[in-house]
Amino acid sequence: MLAPGRAKPKPTPETRHFWDGTKGGKLLLQRCDDTGRAYFPPRPFSPYTGSRNVSVFEASGRAKLYSYVIHNRPVPGFTPPYAIAVVELEEGPRMMTNIVGCEQTPEALVLDMPLQVAFEPLDEEITLPLFRPAKESA
Amino acid sequence: MLKPGQIAVVGAAETTKIGVVPELSQIGLHADAALNAMADAKLKPTDIDGLACVGPMMPQQVAHYLGIAPKWVDGTGVGGCSFMLHVRHAAAAIAAGYCTTVLITHGESGKSRVGATPRPPEPESLAGQFEMPYGPFGPPTLFPIPVLRYMKERGVTDEDLATVAVVQREWAGKNPRAMYRDPITVADVLNSRMIAYPMRILECCLVTDGGGALILTSADRAKDFPQKPAYILGTGESVESTMVSQMEDFTSSRAFRVAGPTAIQAAGISHADVDHLMIYDAFAHLPLYGLEDLGFVGRGEAAAFIREGHTRPGGKLPLNTNGGGLSYTHTGMYGMFALQESVRQMRGTAPAQVEGAEIGVCHGVGGMFSASGTVVFGNQRP
Repeated sequence: MLAPGRAKPKPTPETRHFWDGTKGGKLLLQRCDDTGRAYFPPRPFSPYTGSRNVSVFEASGRAKLYSYVIHNRPVPGFTPPYAIAVVELEEGPRMMTNIVGCEQTPEALVLDMPLQVAFEPLDEEITLPLFRPAKESA
Repeated sequence: MLKPGQIAVVGAAETTKIGVVPELSQIGLHADAALNAMADAKLKPTDIDGLACVGPMMPQQVAHYLGIAPKWVDGTGVGGCSFMLHVRHAAAAIAAGYCTTVLITHGESGKSRVGATPRPPEPESLAGQFEMPYGPFGPPTLFPIPVLRYMKERGVTDEDLATVAVVQREWAGKNPRAMYRDPITVADVLNSRMIAYPMRILECCLVTDGGGALILTSADRAKDFPQKPAYILGTGESVESTMVSQMEDFTSSRAFRVAGPTAIQAAGISHADVDHLMIYDAFAHLPLYGLEDLGFVGRGEAAAFIREGHTRPGGKLPLNTNGGGLSYTHTGMYGMFALQESVRQMRGTAPAQVEGAEIGVCHGVGGMFSASGTVVFGNQRP
């Protein structure tokens, strides 16, 4: 269980499947079935074409570290320094997250390092998709 | 399409005081700026028939407070560049005959927080669901999110980022109203407190109180006003996403690439015609993105352009000549102050006046690369 204090997401009808997925240990993305392109954050239509012809699928959970900042001031739920990161998923979309199982330093957090999703419960309702260094680089 | 120079700024002023102004509430700062701008244009509230200010319910608050009965209002609120969009919308409204004389106001008690608008968290919004749980805490933790990617792809160094702040301090040193005026070095910047790696405190904007206001009318009427008109030659606007993590390219702002070139094209000018440039600098990386995305330099050339001195006093493209958000002032929505400096430069009255400046570009950002607005000014009607 993550330390208390983090901002807690409140799912909407359009995003409920994503949060149900993380709770069940799955990272669910959506795909535009006309173009085959994955997208995030969730919405019931394609941001590429406007088509409602979309489907939900389970992502591999593999990603690379795309960019980040390391925050040095205390924020509820976090112990500084902590990185606020953006990862690029293997399927293409990017998402904000935190990197766990890794020193929160510029030396340890190397852009493009391979990562793997790690599901961390925030409470009984919400599980956040965080990322840790992939085994092959550990 | 509006013709270049069809509309002009005939009144422009900031609040009497900027910086730390706890004696005025947010609405009071709006009014102080508006009264100063009306005095500048020798107008009374009853002469104003169009009003723009940022955000929900603000036009009616400001209209009632000032005693204005507008025929046209705009409450566009897309962050700190909203005023560039107000200028654009007001120009179109005047040309369409909806109104003749538009007042645009800004007031923000960014530091003292007297009557400031609260920003409640929205846990159901997409940012509330997909960014806020990961610990961002205000702009210093969000705006620099793309910077490491930019630095890696462009070969930009910590020293390059620090140089942006150093050069802007040179300009601020010429401006008695700037909050920070003492010269700084690259080492000073790099040794300053780390806020959110890779950004140090001297690479982050100030947090101040203040405001500003503009008055626009048709160019045909502009010559009857006491001040030298600043003609609006071209404008542009765009938005991308409220989530910085979802910007399509971390090394370039799509909103910048739409707004900037749209304005420059509408003005019928080329980059070489530009004598003076303002690029909203909430953080030190913004001028780098702006120079590249607006086409003043090629991709990856902005850091070298600044390092080589082209934007500093005496350089060929004076940039952020008031000292910018990094050294002059930054209430939270700095765009109004960038516009004020552009108008001063066109009038020839800026503290760090660029000799012979005839064409100025003023480029704003809203949110974290979330929105953009650009205005091209000229001191003559084409």
